[in-house]
Amino acid sequence: MRELVIILLVLIAAPILGGLLSGIDRIITARMQGRVGPPLLQPFYDVGKLLGKERILVNQRQVLWAIGYLALVITSLAMLCLGSDLLIIVFVMAFAAICFVLGGLSTKSPYSHIGSQRELLQMLSYEPVLILLAIGVFLQNKSFLVKDIFARPEPLLFSLPLVFVAVLLILTIKMRKSPFDLSTCHHAHQELVQGITTEYSGPYLALIELTHWYELVLVLGLVVLFWAQPVWAGLLLALAAFFIELVIDNICARMTWSWMVKLTWTVGIILCLVNLGFNLI
Amino acid sequence: MGIIQKSQLKSPWVLHYDCSSCNGCDIEILASLTPVYDIERFGIINTGNPKHADVLLVTGGVNRRNARVLKNLYNQMPEPKVVVAVGSCACTGGVFYNCYNILGGVDKVIPVDVYVPGCAARPEAIIDGVVLGLQKLKEKTQMKSEEVAK
Repeated sequence: MRELVIILLVLIAAPILGGLLSGIDRIITARMQGRVGPPLLQPFYDVGKLLGKERILVNQRQVLWAIGYLALVITSLAMLCLGSDLLIIVFVMAFAAICFVLGGLSTKSPYSHIGSQRELLQMLSYEPVLILLAIGVFLQNKSFLVKDIFARPEPLLFSLPLVFVAVLLILTIKMRKSPFDLSTCHHAHQELVQGITTEYSGPYLALIELTHWYELVLVLGLVVLFWAQPVWAGLLLALAAFFIELVIDNICARMTWSWMVKLTWTVGIILCLVNLGFNLI
Repeated sequence: MGIIQKSQLKSPWVLHYDCSSCNGCDIEILASLTPVYDIERFGIINTGNPKHADVLLVTGGVNRRNARVLKNLYNQMPEPKVVVAVGSCACTGGVFYNCYNILGGVDKVIPVDVYVPGCAARPEAIIDGVVLGLQKLKEKTQMKSEEVAK
């Protein structure tokens, strides 16, 4: 019964929270650029408008993969909130991203294909760090369960500080912020049109947007794990990480995919390995 | 007014296409995206994708080469949509009126909802044009829902 309540809460509260966070994101970004910015509820207006648009599909598979993406992101978020296995959460997240990529590849548009290939390269960049995070948690707790992280009296941040820095690095990729907004973003028309979401329109684009809200809550949830007890400190940590990402987004230009892969496979993985090495000694 | 109709007025995503403009109007359109005019206040985003766009901003007169492209872009935009012709050339052909290669204004090829005159059109006028276009969008959706009700 308790599980059902948590799942329902995730289903309803997460998109509201995610939408508000992306509204805050747009206002803060505008203020950093010396603008007033859109109203707080702008992301909800955008999705509302998209729901009212004409339905155009390139093919049937496209919407199937979009629904798969949404369902798997919700699954991994629910698993995180239920305190289940961190490693499995990482794998379900990976399969969700693969669904998104397959949705992009199911059309013939070259822009959609470039976006999908770049999304795959982004996965190549962040997956090792996520798995090393799960291993680091295991070395500390002797279990992969998120429940056990919450049972721990002291925060994980003190024993996994370098892993936390690596997670901040991949948070930029997962949130699709500069310098890693390679696969889809509103600023890269000249090279990408809209990247992986080019061929999605109307209600189906609204579905993708909704998934991004769930995903935002999910990745910030991973940050909360670093300070699980008390949980409000973890939430503050997640908000701080969110703000840092916005600052990085506004002071960076978009970099190339090879730069991203090099950075995460050197700095990201080395940070994690050094941290894990120290923990083992 | 329903949530969806209200949202339609609050989030017009703009697609900008330069037919054969001298770039004067294009610069003014881009100027309205800058912090000085900040059209994101109204939820307007400049999107490069016709499939995501609600408002098509066209600058310059149409010639025989790009009439096909313009029609294609218009057809790719999902309904409901609005077309705004920005600048004298887009409205009538401007100084190129009756040139051998110019078909005339944008309305020779696709239906235009709002005409924004000026050479070049000022950013304030362009923003006004888009806002006027939203009112036409509202009328269009109301007429459609009345038709459905009948």
